[in-house]
Amino acid sequence: MNNKILELQQIRREFVMGTEIVRALKGVSFDVHAGEFVTIMGSSGSGKTTLLNLLGCLDKPTSGEYLLDGVNVSHLSRNELARLRNRKIGFVFQAYNLLPRTSALENVELPLFYNPALSASERKEKAVKALAAVKLADRLDHTPSQLSGGQQQRVAIARALVNQPVMILADEATGNLDTRTSYEIMSLMQDLNKDGKTIVFVTHEPDIAAFSSRTVMLRDGKVVKDTVNENVRSAKEALEALPPADDY
Amino acid sequence: MSAINLIRIALRALQRNKLRAFLTMLGIIIGVAAVIAMVAIGEGSKESIQSQLSAMGSNMITILPASNVSGGVRIEGASFQSLTIVDVKAIQKGAEHVAAVSPVSATKGQAIYGALNWPTSLQGVAPSYFEIRKLDIADGVSFTDADVGMAAKVCVLGKTVIDNLFPSGESPVGKVIRLNSIPLQVIGTLVPKGQSSFGQDQDDIILTPYTTVQKRILATIYFQSIYASAVSEGTSVQATDEIIDILRETHRLRATDENNFQVRTMEELIKTLSSTSSLLTVLLTAIAGISLVIGGIGIMNIMYVSVTERTREIGLRMSIGARGIDILLQFLVEAIIISVTGGIIGVILGITAAKVITLALGWPTIVSESSIVLSFMVCALTGVFFGYYPAQAASRLDPIEALRYE
Repeated sequence: MNNKILELQQIRREFVMGTEIVRALKGVSFDVHAGEFVTIMGSSGSGKTTLLNLLGCLDKPTSGEYLLDGVNVSHLSRNELARLRNRKIGFVFQAYNLLPRTSALENVELPLFYNPALSASERKEKAVKALAAVKLADRLDHTPSQLSGGQQQRVAIARALVNQPVMILADEATGNLDTRTSYEIMSLMQDLNKDGKTIVFVTHEPDIAAFSSRTVMLRDGKVVKDTVNENVRSAKEALEALPPADDY
Repeated sequence: MSAINLIRIALRALQRNKLRAFLTMLGIIIGVAAVIAMVAIGEGSKESIQSQLSAMGSNMITILPASNVSGGVRIEGASFQSLTIVDVKAIQKGAEHVAAVSPVSATKGQAIYGALNWPTSLQGVAPSYFEIRKLDIADGVSFTDADVGMAAKVCVLGKTVIDNLFPSGESPVGKVIRLNSIPLQVIGTLVPKGQSSFGQDQDDIILTPYTTVQKRILATIYFQSIYASAVSEGTSVQATDEIIDILRETHRLRATDENNFQVRTMEELIKTLSSTSSLLTVLLTAIAGISLVIGGIGIMNIMYVSVTERTREIGLRMSIGARGIDILLQFLVEAIIISVTGGIIGVILGITAAKVITLALGWPTIVSESSIVLSFMVCALTGVFFGYYPAQAASRLDPIEALRYE
């Protein structure tokens, strides 16, 4: 487990707001190894979102070095960042961000459209496989409006998986879901992690963090705690422990 | 990103908003259809004006013997004898821009049938004269080159002559009339032409082969005049120049000699015609431009709305790996698909409209290829031009901002 997927060294990010300089990140350093399931926690204003944007190659640090899968992101152009996002990162958003009026299959195919090496048939094959991995093989032609919140988030996860990224980056991915569905999603995440996927999960719910193998706590732009979770809670068991859904 | 992917992405985006895509297209469709239909009406009326003018003989060229000076006295042109069948044949053979040529050997005389008689003019002409003067046969037939060869005693009567010799309404075809004691069999009648623009009765006429007049009546080898028609109104000038060159040759004139003939055209008519048609073209082009610009602004408007509405989609696409250029091309291709599809539908609609106008209102229309190609190209360019700015605006969005856009 010496394979470092993420290496952050003294990452700083400053924003100029009028005459004031806002220091969102004040020197963040940590590594993530392949196969880890890391949750990044923090209250609002802790720099969580800024860090997420940096990890997702949507933004570049003001200073410091960020290596993603051995590539130094700090010096890449906008287009090179886009390519990196396409090949190495799978995003899962709080609000799913699926294209409306578009079938699950086409939503999952979307990242592959930006990879010119793939043919139409390869694209479809990969998308079907990814949807099968999130147990939605029977919902290929459903549009987001025909799916429940949990199903929509699973489509979004399939979309994140389809490019076989080195890391899945989830941003409050359970924020819009009820407890039961949240556990289902976390169970899916744990399964993916077991299959070797590296997952970085940003959340503010300690409940969710308990399912991960490691928690990085941010406060005021700094890492205040970085603990390995010895006692990973199984989402499947948590799901079974929930009282059965009441049938009215 | 490959072109096929690009088109597929754009098509899917348009499919999600079929109604809006169609409404945007509507501006272009109506613009293009209007241009094509209007140009068709314009061309049609231009063509019908032109054919009416050529029915009046706007491409007609008249060759007359020139007045000449003989011993200090200017002799009247018509009495000067210089035009012969050699000239006619030379023009027929040598002038590229001349469609038809006919000599005229005319005389006056008293036409007699039964107890009735009528003073009229007898024109000895070639069969091509009918084409040059746009004369049509109402009944019977016209005479042929064979009749000319034999100096046949046949004739075609104008309406005024018929009215005076056959007042009871019987058909003159097949009857034999006499002119200056020469019997002529009537083989056809002319469609009435009415007065000429100079108040002359164009139907008070008897036409026979020119050889008949030359050999049987006048006993001459000369013609009073030669009529020719240029291939079109536009080539009258070239045809005139050719005729002058040919006649100078056949008349063996030296470079210093004056022409002993005159060549006249309907220049005024031609000038009016060309200025009218060019004015029409300018007007229609202006209308075309305006309607397509309005359609283009419609595209631009909708594309801006679309970019704003789809900000999150753009953010998502960027976060999963779309580059700025991918987003720009996607929106540009969407705009081009809208304008080109609208253009195609507009062309079809415009052609249909032109046909319907012809059927319903009886207006002549001609759908010109150049109007189709031009309006189609303009609307494709419109798509690129008016689609570019919204597309560029989309491509410059910050993915972080775009993803959080509500």
